[in-house]
Amino acid sequence: MKTRNYMNPYLAGVLLGLVLWGSFMVFGHGLGASGGVALVAGEAVAAVAPDHSRQNAHLVNLVHTSQTPLDNWIVFEILGMLLGGFVSGWLSGRVKLETFGGPRISARRRWMMALLGGAIAGYGVRLARGCTSSQALSGGAVLSAGSWAFMFAVFGGAYLLAYFVRRLWT
Amino acid sequence: MFPLQLEATIGHWPTNLLYVACGFLFGLVLEQAGFGNSRNLAAQFYLYDMRVLKVMFTAIVTAMLLVFFSQAVGLLDYGQLFINPTHLWPGIVGGLIFGVGFVIGGYCPGTSIVSAATLKIDGMFFLLGLMLGSVLFAETVGWYQGFFDSAGFYGELTLPQLLGTGPGPVVLAVAAMALVMFYAAEKIEAYFRRRKEEGK
Repeated sequence: MKTRNYMNPYLAGVLLGLVLWGSFMVFGHGLGASGGVALVAGEAVAAVAPDHSRQNAHLVNLVHTSQTPLDNWIVFEILGMLLGGFVSGWLSGRVKLETFGGPRISARRRWMMALLGGAIAGYGVRLARGCTSSQALSGGAVLSAGSWAFMFAVFGGAYLLAYFVRRLWT
Repeated sequence: MFPLQLEATIGHWPTNLLYVACGFLFGLVLEQAGFGNSRNLAAQFYLYDMRVLKVMFTAIVTAMLLVFFSQAVGLLDYGQLFINPTHLWPGIVGGLIFGVGFVIGGYCPGTSIVSAATLKIDGMFFLLGLMLGSVLFAETVGWYQGFFDSAGFYGELTLPQLLGTGPGPVVLAVAAMALVMFYAAEKIEAYFRRRKEEGK
């Protein structure tokens, strides 16, 4: 199938805003992603080393206070995101095993950088209690002061470092 | 009257199913916006494609206008919404760290999920990294628990409360700021795209 173009960003933004508003109306809170990723990771630790995770105050709160920690709304939201992302990519001819990166970087190096960047982002997200979805979009739309501070810090951190890692992308 | 009280009315598993539906739409829009591709996301920081800023701020303004309009006409009780509590310093430090990871790794959590769903290998590695990072956080937050729990903690604090106004002026100011940002983004993007095409 021929690959279709991406949607106009302003139109995509309006649609994303409608989904976000819908989430507030129906569930009383906004969207989320990182919390579910942390839950799954916490469950993995608890499965491999339950004695260790029971001694960690943070992981106890995450996965040892409930019999079924994965029965959490954010896990179901992520399942939906995987499905929705797949269907969208499939309809637009973009489901394909491939690696995206700058023009000067090898695939293997790009994977290592994605892993490293993911680990750094994963750390920051937990410290900030939320990600682009749960803090910036959701907290931003309901005018949480902390969420706006977080949002500017994210752009600040990325722009500060962008010049030094330009070989990854340009 | 919104928000709905779903667990009480339709029960637990039907509610979970609605979360799957909500995530489906969320993932669909992110993928259509081009956010399953790390190049589109990183471009924001090299200024030749500001898709991230445009989608994000259009979404925030759209949802904000609808939330406060729904509240104003009595359809929605804003008091029942989850407002992210303000932990100012952990939020700022975490945000800076997150921004660094974003530009190195090329994704954020939600976008790496749709990227992995469309079989992008870099997205899968980023997602794996996220899990490692969150475990690393769990292992080390005990070293500075006091900072994490209470540095700059203001509870539920909104911009209207902070500025001592009603929501109206803040909503209008945010919308106006977004319009200025969109205008600037179009200009900046055109300039840097030209430079990029000229190979500078």
